[in-house]
Amino acid sequence: MGREVSESCVDGVVMEMVAAYCGRFYAAKPELAAGRIEAIGFQVGHQLSERYTMERPRFTDHLEAIKFICKDFWSELFKKQIDNLKTNHRGTFVLQDNHFRWLTRVSLDPAVENTDATENDSGSLGDSAAQTTSMLLYFPCGLIRGALTNLGIPCAVSADMSNLPACSFVVRIKT
Amino acid sequence: VWKTRVDKVNAELVTLTYGTIVSQLCADYDNDYAQVNQQLDKMGYNIGMRLIEDFLAKSNTGRCGNFRDTAEMISKVGFKIFLNITPTVTNWTADNKQFSLLFDENPLADFVELPDDGRAQDELWFSNIFCGILRGALEMVQMSIEARFVSDVLRGNDVTEMRVTLIRYIEDEMPPDDE
Repeated sequence: MGREVSESCVDGVVMEMVAAYCGRFYAAKPELAAGRIEAIGFQVGHQLSERYTMERPRFTDHLEAIKFICKDFWSELFKKQIDNLKTNHRGTFVLQDNHFRWLTRVSLDPAVENTDATENDSGSLGDSAAQTTSMLLYFPCGLIRGALTNLGIPCAVSADMSNLPACSFVVRIKT
Repeated sequence: VWKTRVDKVNAELVTLTYGTIVSQLCADYDNDYAQVNQQLDKMGYNIGMRLIEDFLAKSNTGRCGNFRDTAEMISKVGFKIFLNITPTVTNWTADNKQFSLLFDENPLADFVELPDDGRAQDELWFSNIFCGILRGALEMVQMSIEARFVSDVLRGNDVTEMRVTLIRYIEDEMPPDDE
C-alpha cells in the first residue's frame, strides 16, 4: 500500500475540475467540457489499471476484465465493490453502484450552479442540477473506459442515473 | 450501508488526476504557464473555501492566537489531515507576518516530470493549487493572505518552498452604520 490521503482531497480536486471545465473554461460549450472531463478520466483510468494489474496474469476474456473493474479497480478507488453486474452476453455490461460516492457527496444547489434562472423557474433549475450531475459522471465513465482500453478492450461507456443515488455504468465493448 | 466508509484513500487517484489536469491545462492554454499557474491557484481557492469546513469539523481545534499558531496549524494539522504530510514551518520575518513552508515530500508531484520545452522549468509552478487552497481556506476564517512558491524540486531547486504572507485580518463586516 502506497501513500494515503484524505478522501476529501480526491473529492475536492474532482469536483473542482468538473466545475472549472463546465463553468469557466467551456461554459458555453458543454459538449466540449464533457469531452475534456472524459479525456482526463480516460488518461487516469489508463494509468491506474496499468499499475493495478502489474502483478497479474493477463485476463483471458472480457468478463474477467470486467470483474476486475467491479472488484479490484472499484475497491482501490472507492473502498467498495460494484454492487451489481449484468450482461446481455453480447458485449454489453451494466455495472451498478448503489451509492456512488461522488453522487452522494455532491451538493446539487441549483442557485449556485445557475444564476441565470429565475427563482420560480423550477423546471430549468432541475435541468441545471441534472446537467451538473451528468457532467460529474463523465469522469468515472472515462476512468472505466481508460482502464478497459489499457487491458486491450476498446469500448464505449455511458452512465445512467435514473435512480439516484444509485448509478449504472453501461459498458459496450467494440468488436 | 455506511460501514465501508473509510476516510483515507489511495493517493494515486488524486496524484494522477491532478497531474492530468495540469497537463490538460498546459495544452488548453497553449503552454502559457503564467495562465496555467493562475488557473491552478483559482481552482485551489475554490477547493480551499470548501475544505475549511471539513478541516474545522475534523480537527476540532480552537481559535489560533496569532499568525505563528496559524502556521503551525496549517502544517501539523491541515496538511497532516488531508495529505498526511507535515511541511516544515520556517524563515519567519521579524514582524511575524511571513513564513515559509518547506515540502520535503509532495503527494501531488509523485511520478511527475515537467514538460521538457525549456520554459516549464522556469515558468510553471506545478503545485500551485496549494497556494490557492491556503488562500481560500484562510479567507473563510478571516485572514487575507498571499501564498506563492519560490522554489520547487521539480524545477531542479534543492527544496520546495512556499512563502505565505499575512496581508490582514478581515474584520467582521458590520451592517452600514446609521448614526
